[in-house]
Amino acid sequence: MSTIYILWLRQLKRYFRSKTRIIGSLGQPLLFLLALGFGFGPIFQRAGGGNYIQFLTPGIIAMSILFTALFSGIEIIWDRQFGFLKETLVAPVSRLQIMIGRTLGGATVASLQGVIVLLLSLLVGFRPVSMALLPMAFLFTVLIALLFTALGTTIASLLEDMQGFQLIMNFLVMPIFFLSGALFPLQGLPKGLIAVASVNPLSYGVDGLRGTLANGVHFGLTMDFLVLGVIVAILLVVGGYLFSKIQV
Amino acid sequence: MIQVKNLTKRFNDFTAVDNISLSVPDGEIFAFLGPNGAGKTTTIRMLTTLLHPTSGEMRLNGYDPVTDQNEARRSFGIVFQDPSLDEELTAYENMEFHGVLYKVPKDIRRGRVEQLLRFVELWDRKDDLVKHFSGGMKRRLEIARGLVHHPKILFLDEPTLGLDPQTRDHIWSYIKNLNKEERMTVFFTTHYMEEADRVAKQVAIIDKGKIVAQGSPQELKHQTNTSSLEDAFLALTGRAIREEEVGAIDHLRMHRRMRHR
Ligand SMILES: Nc1ncnc2c1ncn2[C@@H]1O[C@H](COP(=O)(O)OP(=O)(O)OP(=O)(O)O)[C@@H](O)[C@H]1O
Ligand SMILES: [Mg+2]
Repeated sequence: MSTIYILWLRQLKRYFRSKTRIIGSLGQPLLFLLALGFGFGPIFQRAGGGNYIQFLTPGIIAMSILFTALFSGIEIIWDRQFGFLKETLVAPVSRLQIMIGRTLGGATVASLQGVIVLLLSLLVGFRPVSMALLPMAFLFTVLIALLFTALGTTIASLLEDMQGFQLIMNFLVMPIFFLSGALFPLQGLPKGLIAVASVNPLSYGVDGLRGTLANGVHFGLTMDFLVLGVIVAILLVVGGYLFSKIQV
Repeated sequence: MIQVKNLTKRFNDFTAVDNISLSVPDGEIFAFLGPNGAGKTTTIRMLTTLLHPTSGEMRLNGYDPVTDQNEARRSFGIVFQDPSLDEELTAYENMEFHGVLYKVPKDIRRGRVEQLLRFVELWDRKDDLVKHFSGGMKRRLEIARGLVHHPKILFLDEPTLGLDPQTRDHIWSYIKNLNKEERMTVFFTTHYMEEADRVAKQVAIIDKGKIVAQGSPQELKHQTNTSSLEDAFLALTGRAIREEEVGAIDHLRMHRRMRHR
């Protein structure tokens, strides 16, 4: 228990100490909200989609959780490069505890990030549809955060250094974001795109957030919850296994 | 306390550790010497569960580092050759993190962390982020951290690298004391031969992955007809400089000093 706590605490401390990281990771969602929200707003309205800010905000919250969570997971590569990973790996604690502590730490940070973006979006004019649904929105926030932190850990366990990192950004993170329905409705898209979106875990996260914060779901909240929950469970097991195999 | 039999590690077709055997009795201070790239760190990585051997057997406090990882890990502490601190944490937090991972009870932990930080003269700087420390300060902190829990076996991979003579002396007297009071077995590497001569009871010299000599410093001097361990070392391993490795390690040492991120 104390092991998990101290690893969790470490992630939080590192996050709060890195002011540039906080500002950087809040600037981007804000820019997206302002530029896309107001830029496409009129067209979206004319096309009968309603208020675009209402539609977009859950997608942007999901985006910021995705980025923060994945980076937290991938931090293992930094730890490896700066040597700190060895210190954790020689300690007489189970690999699963290390993995859980780190994942909870990363997911906490990413969830906080999601909440902050939600608060920022209020300034831009976003209004949650129902206070009663907020706890459920938070549940989806946490699930998305857990999922992508665990995914980051899994990927990082397979990479030796930062070389592969750019590749991951371009061929994993960006497609996950753009093909998730975060920016546009999935209804009425070409079949191919819908198929891609349906195998993209973030689509279910965006759907869950949109269903609880704004209006309209595509897959349905129960479906969203089940898909996210199952993938989180699988990734924790796979990531935990790969993490236990790391040699330094 | 430490037994190694026919241990081999190959990286692709390069043999870093070549069929070595050695044994360190309980409570002894043992020096593992060798030129750059000889395979010292690789051996320690295998003993400390960080790397799987290609073949051979190891026992730490009776446990196999490959199959009884957790038990083996409970038996040792280590000061790594390469940097291993979290630079975004303070000196105190690095110590505390270690103490918690090794389940040192809170009151003992508090006391020991303070005592050790005072000992390495970092108590005044305990709340500073490690990234603002000098190379020597980081090294002192790493050594102090390795002593927060009192293991049965202590591995020290070039512990005194980059430290001034005063600090080196200071630290060795502390470690020798732990060895005496708690019967802690110490397994260390160093490139300072007079250091090995002074503190080690037994020495093994490894070169290009193979052990070329073993015995007390006295025996090695006798065997090679030399008057210092340094000369004995040179006689046993030759005078050729290990070129590629020297380049790499110099780079690492520079890096260690200049790391100010
Ligand atoms: N992961 C690795 N992949 C390939 N070769 C490696 C790897 N790790 C170590 N080696 C090689 O194994 C050899 C032994 O390295 P090792 O670090 O054990 O030397 P050492 O005795 O500790 O030297 P030094 O005194 O310079 O620290 C070196 O030639 C090194 O290049
Ligand atoms: Mg070495």
